[in-house]
Amino acid sequence: MISNEAKKEIDFWVSKYPEGRKSSAVMQALTIVQKENGGSLNPDLINEVADYLEMPVISVQEVATFYENYNHKPVGKHVVRFCHNISCMLNGSDELISYLEDKLEVKTGQVSKDGLVSVKKVECLGACVGGPMCQIGDQYYEHLTKEKLDNILEDLT
Amino acid sequence: MNEVCFKNLDKENPASFATYEANGGYKVWRKILNGELTPDEIISELKTSGLRGRGGAGFPTGLKWSFMPRNQEGQKYVVCNSDEGEPGTCHDRDILRYNPHSVIEGMAIAGFVMNATVGYNYIRGEFMEPYYRFEEALKDAYKAGLLGKNIQDSAISYDLYTHLGAGAYICGEETALLESLEGKKGQPRFKPPFPANVGLFGKPTTINNTETFASVPEILSRGGQWFADLGVENSGGTKCFSVTGNVKNPSNFEVPMGTPFSKLLELAGGLKEGRKLKAVIPGGSSTPLLPAETAMNMTMDYDSIATAGSMLGAGSVIVMDDTTCMVKTLTRLAHFYYDESCGQCTPCREGTGWLYRMLQRIIDGNGQEEDLDLLLSVGEKIMGNTICALGDAAATPVESFIKHFREEFEYYIQNGKSMVEEQHNLIEEAASV
Repeated sequence: MISNEAKKEIDFWVSKYPEGRKSSAVMQALTIVQKENGGSLNPDLINEVADYLEMPVISVQEVATFYENYNHKPVGKHVVRFCHNISCMLNGSDELISYLEDKLEVKTGQVSKDGLVSVKKVECLGACVGGPMCQIGDQYYEHLTKEKLDNILEDLT
Repeated sequence: MNEVCFKNLDKENPASFATYEANGGYKVWRKILNGELTPDEIISELKTSGLRGRGGAGFPTGLKWSFMPRNQEGQKYVVCNSDEGEPGTCHDRDILRYNPHSVIEGMAIAGFVMNATVGYNYIRGEFMEPYYRFEEALKDAYKAGLLGKNIQDSAISYDLYTHLGAGAYICGEETALLESLEGKKGQPRFKPPFPANVGLFGKPTTINNTETFASVPEILSRGGQWFADLGVENSGGTKCFSVTGNVKNPSNFEVPMGTPFSKLLELAGGLKEGRKLKAVIPGGSSTPLLPAETAMNMTMDYDSIATAGSMLGAGSVIVMDDTTCMVKTLTRLAHFYYDESCGQCTPCREGTGWLYRMLQRIIDGNGQEEDLDLLLSVGEKIMGNTICALGDAAATPVESFIKHFREEFEYYIQNGKSMVEEQHNLIEEAASV
């Protein structure tokens, strides 16, 4: 169920677009309900978003599966999105991703046993001068090293 | 250095309204509100400035703005492309974080010129810090009475909104971005019609990149000729470059067009100790790779880089030293384009998968001798056969990497391992004996 709070947030986005163009808010609507649902979407939520924005379900489904930031399987409480593209790679991102996988005993795409963290390899996040870097929640972590990663993980609760 | 988009970078609170205004910000917009500047004067000044679209295509901005049917009745839109995602590029992020008001003012000026009363800034979904920064700047601009309806009784209205993406490189393509803004999959449109005639919600629309909009207020404030003279012929002004990869201090720099590449490399701290320059991608992963010697002789402007055999693109300089394995690097880029192809055109959807799988096969030790020619042939068949430039962008690195470093690919196919890593290991072993 989409909460009233989430609906209010969606309404804020709807108000940015012209009359009759509610569907422009679909990406943010999905982002908002995904966040409320612990980081992933499911068919019920997609139906509800379609209902709320008066869109055909298939159109919402298309958007939900086209864009990278929507998850269709449960994820960890925190998702470490690690860039592995060229600038980060040239500065050692592969080594750090392996380190992270070993430390958390997960493969990219999986959730740690305690459900706290999942790791995802992603394409360029647009912070190439800070590579290797990753994103957790709204925040970017740049110039990563093993030590920095240890500290970041320790702070995740 | 740092004369236009990054000019407030060294000030305290560079992103704040107060800092922007104290340094000449909103001067041009106020002039417009007072009726002291006409759209034709602005377009003419932009043409003089030589400003070209900073997102990668390099189309003259003044000319683009003149294409808008400003007298046509009905709603028109201004859209800013802040969907920065070209691998190696991250200077628009810094403009949004440290100089958001220049983007707001640039977009408002564009609105006035096109007679558009609404603008959208499409910011990539991961850029939350820049998004919050930009939203805060917007709030301040409204509070100062510089945006809204009938602004300061000028009869000029301009409302500006942000839109957030959700992770798709293709949305940096302008018509895909418009589709996305309409709440659809980001699949590029056929052109024509061009956005200037049929754009957002079917209305005339001008789309420019963040850096382009951010440059406009300073150009109009100091004059088109001033800006043009900062750069070189055919490449007016300054440009923001992201210098990344195997350099000591990867960073963003705003330097005059025509700055030697060697100088830019020096600004980024040069190469790490004991390393040699091997190759450079000058304009982002979609532009052809250049070998060291060619790169060292070029200057950073449209013509010089074109003569060297590549493109200025988005100004994303990726530096590779002699420890870089070209086979692995190209495979990573191929994976990127395979991942990001929107799936609309068959040559790109299927071709990017072929390119990636063949390269991965080489890395897995299962490469075959004919693979290199097959890679080039698949690339050729994608080129020019797709609606947008992503297909070409996927084929370009394949062509240029193999052209300049074919022996590394052949070695990998024959030996099932990386020539560069082998050499590097031998050197390290010798050093440790």
